[in-house]
Amino acid sequence: MSMKQTLVVIGNGMVGQYFLSGLMNSPARELYDIVTFCEEPRPAYDRVHLSSFFSGKSAEDLALADRDFFDRNGISLHLNEKAVKIDRVNQTVTSAKGEIVSYDKLVLATGSYCFVPPILGNGRPQCLVYRTIDDLEAIAAAAENAKVGTVVGGGLLGLEAAKALKDLGLETHVIEFAPRLMAVQLDETGGALLKRKIEELGVIVHTATNTRMITEGERCVNKMSFADGGELETDIVLFSAGIRPRDEIARDCGLDVGVKGGIVINDQCRTSDESIYAIGECALWNDTIFGLVAPGYAMARTVIDDLAGEAAAFTGADMSTKLKLMGVDVGSIGDAHANTPGALVYSYQDGAREIYKRLVVSEDRKQLLGAVLVGDTSDYDTLLQYCLNGITLPENPDSLILSHDAAAPAALGPDLLPASAQICSCYNVSKEQICGAVQAGCTTVNQLKAETKAGTGCGGCGALLKSVVDSELTKLGFEVNNHLCEHFPYTRQDLYNQIMVKQIRTFAELLEQFGQGDGCDICKPAVGNILASYWNEYVLKQEHLGLQDTNDIFLANMQKDGTYSVVPRISGGEISPDMLIALGQVGKKYKLYTKITGGQRVDLLGARVDQLPAIWSELIAAGFESGHAYGKALRTVKSCVGSTWCRYGVGDSVGLAIELENRYKGLRSPHKIKFAVSGCTRECAEAQGKDVGVIATENGWNLYVCGNGGMKPRHADLFATNLDKETLIKYIDRFLIFYVRTADRLQRTSVWLENMEGGLDYLRSVIIDDRLGLGEDLEQQMRRVRETYQCEWKATLADEERLKRFRHFVNSDQADDNIVFVEERGQIRPADEQERKHFKLLEIA
Amino acid sequence: MTQWVDICSVDDLQPHAGVCALVADQRQVAVFYQPNKAAVYAVSNYDPIGRANVLSRGLIGDIKGQPMVASPLYKQHFNLETGVCLEDEKVGITVYGVRIEDGRVRIGLPAESDNEL
Repeated sequence: MSMKQTLVVIGNGMVGQYFLSGLMNSPARELYDIVTFCEEPRPAYDRVHLSSFFSGKSAEDLALADRDFFDRNGISLHLNEKAVKIDRVNQTVTSAKGEIVSYDKLVLATGSYCFVPPILGNGRPQCLVYRTIDDLEAIAAAAENAKVGTVVGGGLLGLEAAKALKDLGLETHVIEFAPRLMAVQLDETGGALLKRKIEELGVIVHTATNTRMITEGERCVNKMSFADGGELETDIVLFSAGIRPRDEIARDCGLDVGVKGGIVINDQCRTSDESIYAIGECALWNDTIFGLVAPGYAMARTVIDDLAGEAAAFTGADMSTKLKLMGVDVGSIGDAHANTPGALVYSYQDGAREIYKRLVVSEDRKQLLGAVLVGDTSDYDTLLQYCLNGITLPENPDSLILSHDAAAPAALGPDLLPASAQICSCYNVSKEQICGAVQAGCTTVNQLKAETKAGTGCGGCGALLKSVVDSELTKLGFEVNNHLCEHFPYTRQDLYNQIMVKQIRTFAELLEQFGQGDGCDICKPAVGNILASYWNEYVLKQEHLGLQDTNDIFLANMQKDGTYSVVPRISGGEISPDMLIALGQVGKKYKLYTKITGGQRVDLLGARVDQLPAIWSELIAAGFESGHAYGKALRTVKSCVGSTWCRYGVGDSVGLAIELENRYKGLRSPHKIKFAVSGCTRECAEAQGKDVGVIATENGWNLYVCGNGGMKPRHADLFATNLDKETLIKYIDRFLIFYVRTADRLQRTSVWLENMEGGLDYLRSVIIDDRLGLGEDLEQQMRRVRETYQCEWKATLADEERLKRFRHFVNSDQADDNIVFVEERGQIRPADEQERKHFKLLEIA
Repeated sequence: MTQWVDICSVDDLQPHAGVCALVADQRQVAVFYQPNKAAVYAVSNYDPIGRANVLSRGLIGDIKGQPMVASPLYKQHFNLETGVCLEDEKVGITVYGVRIEDGRVRIGLPAESDNEL
């Protein structure tokens, strides 16, 4: 018999899981055997980012616990098994499957359910809610044959749900009873601006609209009738009109519940039964239900401390939120509605840029009480810190929200924050804890995340976190050395700018002005690459020759035995039978090993350096050109067959892929770049695993960026939706050159984005909103690269001098005798060491 | 006695890069030319780590003041004056003498007795 007591946790949602993983790091874990019931068929997942399920994330991506969390920690997980009854006298929990588990302590984390308004017909087909992954799957299934979707509820969750419908390609409506969107968080002006912006994105918003009933539709599955006599035909109705605590199991066993629902808890999160706690959205504290995840986490921490015998209290929580709703930035802090007596309001509106900011300050103008931000939440972190930490406001509080372009930046530097300032609200990590971790040896944000979990929840504190880490590192006297190498005390970006500003055209010039020594295999290819990106001169020009890395210097990919592979361009993967025959003839004539690549082209391997010019002159005569497989450059644009042939295609993916490949071929970049274009959401071209991915929709093209296969796969992020081709190409032009200018050496777009301060939002602001005013310049540079494109192999074949290098010996026409092939499956392969020795012996004999 | 073998003209060398010469016994020698320092280096073309005749195609430069060539296969660095591998001093490559006379490049091969093969 175990001497431990039994702790039962009912509910494995975000808060239930947070509680469990927090408990594992607490001394209290030693005291209990733990049993948890989870009604859903899968353990906890990230409900906050649920809509990303429709923009490509899988249920697995959203999971909060790794696969063996429960086994590893000895937690008995009852999946797909709802707890239905609590017997408080005998202290047992009964599950729907009839299992009875005794408890010494019980934690209720049952969460909430979607409130479905009592509208006639609300149970009709395709009237759904938006809460769980199962719900999402039902929505996706309903959307297969749907054209119109309508969300009832224009709050935070309703707008998230609307985004999901939009991502599914439906005509999307939002019905809101109140006169404005997000009535809880926003004031009238903010709500109106949000409505306008969301309508610009193609969602139809009906405010002050009261749904009376839902009946069978004529053109769609359903018809909604409104109090004002209006009607709306819609296939799907999604209810998202608020949440209600799931307190039935508590109600049934006689625990105190609130008048409007919710399990009553005290400051220790205990219910009216000493042995039972309640946390998260099912709990009612001080007559308040907290429908956000951070307060639920705070309650979980309180219970963990209480179980460990430490004094702890939940004292309410900050309900401030910052989020992106359908691409629109929205922030709400504290007393957004100025309900505090005597509160003063400052507001700022920029009609042209569609920005609205409102500050609520105390009567004495010393304290920030609340704020509303729509269209630009860059001030959110600073304002939240003022509000939470009671920092005295500047003399003119409006300076905090006035346009930063004119005035000096008002950002609150990390040094001004008190040590107790909460930086990460999801995991309650203070500035003091972060500085402590830095002092204990964490020198990067990633290490810090692993150590303190800060920044790993909603991620909203990322920029602030980095500034605190950097500031602390500087204080500790760390000098973060990001020099390219011993020859250049600069980053790649620095060198790029020096080349651009000083119009430097050669490595020698750059070394002379900014470097030292002779250079090495780090800086030479990096500088060669920058020069090629910027000037786009022939890479084997005499002054650039010595800068080229292993593959570039012979315009082919070196293999393990010193032979090369040859990969001609096959744009979009489209190739005629004649061209295929021509490739086959070259392969056969030169006895090359041939293989289809992942990028929809053909690799010819086993060519000796002295064979390259002959092979290429035949390929070029047949109409091929260099595929740049050897370069840090655009490689391929993969495509599916698209609407031309496919029964499901909605866009001409092959046509677009060929156009994109021809547009960007030859562009040198910090690392290789891969594209793909899919003709519909079935995504057969796997565009979401590429640096640039394009997926056709009924209304144009969706653009994804910064995906990656390879060693560390990364799903691409949805960057912009339903673009026409002209806009799509404009964004890609800007995106590529911005990457070329600002990435580190050998940094793929995925890592580049992950390290970018401000992340995807910042990237969008640069590319789409042209926040840096660089747009025209970026496009201009791309134009120049396009205009100076040349097939490097054609140029090489036309230059006698250059061709001299393509022989193994400077003083003999012999070939390298160390290159030996044997046959396997009807083709050549390099001989291994044993075979090579054997071959040499035969030769001597 | 060192034997000096003529391999090519100075014009055949590649500034800031290498070429490969074939000398007696099918031996391959990588020859690198740094015009700014008027320096020419000659080492074995065989990469003992990658096990292929490729060093002449490597990038050259210096690391902490030592002239070096980086293997084009796995990027180890070899000191062009001593032949020692900077990543693993137990590994090395043969270094040859070079002479430039009358616009011709000559490589010094060791006498038969101290032939490395």
